[in-house]
Amino acid sequence: MEALYSSAIGILTAAGIYLVLRRRTFPVILGLTFLTYAVNLFLFASGRLVRNMPPLLDETTTPTDPLPQALVLTAIVISFGMTAVIVMLALGSWLSGKDDRIDQPADDGQPREGGQS
Amino acid sequence: MNHWMILPLVVPPVVAAIIMLAARHLLSLARILSVGTVVLMVALSAGLFWFAADGTVSVYRMSNWPVPFGIVLVLDRLSALMLLLTMILSLAIVLYAIGSDWDAKGKHFHALLMFQIMGIAGAFLTGDIFNLFVFFEVLLIASYGMMVHGGGERRLRAGVQYVTYNLLGSTLFLFALGTIYAVTGTLNMADLAQKVALMAPEDSALIRVAAVLLLLVFAVKASIVPLHFWLPATYAEAPAPVAALFAIMTKVGAYAILRVYVFIFGPDVAVMGGIVGQWLLPAALITLAIGMVGVLGARSLGHLAAYAAIGSMGTLLIAVALFTPAGTAAALYYMVHSTLAGAVLFLVADMIRQGRAGEDRLIPGPALAQNGLIATLFLVAAIGMAGLPPLSGFLGKLLVLDAARTVDGAAWVWGAVLVGSLVAVVGFARGGSVLFWNTTDAPSQGEPVSSLALTATFGLVGLLVMLTVFAGPATAFLDATAAQLFDRAGMVAATLPPEAILEAAP
Repeated sequence: MEALYSSAIGILTAAGIYLVLRRRTFPVILGLTFLTYAVNLFLFASGRLVRNMPPLLDETTTPTDPLPQALVLTAIVISFGMTAVIVMLALGSWLSGKDDRIDQPADDGQPREGGQS
Repeated sequence: MNHWMILPLVVPPVVAAIIMLAARHLLSLARILSVGTVVLMVALSAGLFWFAADGTVSVYRMSNWPVPFGIVLVLDRLSALMLLLTMILSLAIVLYAIGSDWDAKGKHFHALLMFQIMGIAGAFLTGDIFNLFVFFEVLLIASYGMMVHGGGERRLRAGVQYVTYNLLGSTLFLFALGTIYAVTGTLNMADLAQKVALMAPEDSALIRVAAVLLLLVFAVKASIVPLHFWLPATYAEAPAPVAALFAIMTKVGAYAILRVYVFIFGPDVAVMGGIVGQWLLPAALITLAIGMVGVLGARSLGHLAAYAAIGSMGTLLIAVALFTPAGTAAALYYMVHSTLAGAVLFLVADMIRQGRAGEDRLIPGPALAQNGLIATLFLVAAIGMAGLPPLSGFLGKLLVLDAARTVDGAAWVWGAVLVGSLVAVVGFARGGSVLFWNTTDAPSQGEPVSSLALTATFGLVGLLVMLTVFAGPATAFLDATAAQLFDRAGMVAATLPPEAILEAAP
């Protein structure tokens, strides 16, 4: 189980990093999502992998560590919210900028006409 | 338990909810609530500062769970100092935003500001490293909203980059925390500090990986080279009051480096072997150089101020990277100074833009309506950021140089700081002379700056002057702060109950 679990984290991370390095916002957001899946699984494993055991202390069993489950829950909530925010920002940037490139336009660094409102 | 220290985390979100629900369409009510809350927070954090100034370490146990199992807030001299600095800066910024009508250019400015204050205060107060992550996310998600406040294509683009960069940072943070928990089985900072200090050097592999991953996260926040690429576009495109508030956000990264790499993974810890200082010092030197060269080469006012912020982080982190009590005290003095001076610079940049009808480029234009007054403010901000006498930037750099006198590579530190200051002086002189002296005869298109905005900015300048005049008591306090931070056994004993303290192996 350990080998399957760790290779799943590895593949998700690799796919995430590849996608994050793309130039358009949609693959980058997908890449961030893959990375958060990978880190959620990773956090879950940080309390060691134990099968079929409750996260409760009693004398007869070796319990699962409950803390990583709480950490994963927090991480899932936060990454879900953050993904929603970046999707909205990317959408706004695409609609106002007429393209979905993640980098600044070619004239970046050139001083602006006019300025900010 | 001292119940006052939970209030900075409770009052702002409640007020934010009230602003969202009751004052959504009533800007004046939102302004009153927002200013009232920030004034209350200034008073509260001044009280907490006074309480912690004698060296008392207060611990607040959430739901009264026993330490180290529950979540704790820890108030010591360093947290109290950072809290007070945040609240004072927020007061100046909320007044400036009202005076310059920035808060009317989009929705929910004041509600987001409340969440931002809560996130920053939480990051400074927490004694639990996973909670540090949570409060980082709170302050980041509020900053995403504030960063794109007012909208516009370029601002949204810069916002997408900023969010992407920080989401990657958050992912790294979680990987680091998972590794730390897997190795040590705890996330309480004090418990972690005592366990890491007792680890045998041959068990160092995983904990070192975690420590360096965590350093990368804080390096993103503190904009250390090569992880600084998000900063210039973000700070140059962000609304001015938000950019000025971001002056404290890079310092959150510096604070986290101090807290984690002095208290937990300190320079004397066997498993670390001094690896952090070896990497941080060269990176800080390059950060300083890039910032100052950026000041010299900037073609717009926004980028000038943003690169000055990067340069000041370089100087600050040089002092942090020494990892000595004297270096840390110097870093803290420079941190207070550069937060205030950086905020003044961003606010002055906004006044100049407003007086030039939005023109951001460093090109000749019509004279400003209040040319003399704003030129004086720009001069003060430039003196502060470049570190010239008579303001506190000079004293801060002097302290940094003095702390670096005896370490290896002192020549590099002295060279970088002194040459960097010279380059910054030239850069600011170039910017200022174009903006204020090389004027055309055309009538000014811009609007004059309101008196409330000017008052807020002069208030920050007044604090810089006070920091200079009372440098003696300030450095005495900061020396005590650094000593408390380096006293690991004392902090552990003050945070953990006696039965949770591990004895060192004989």
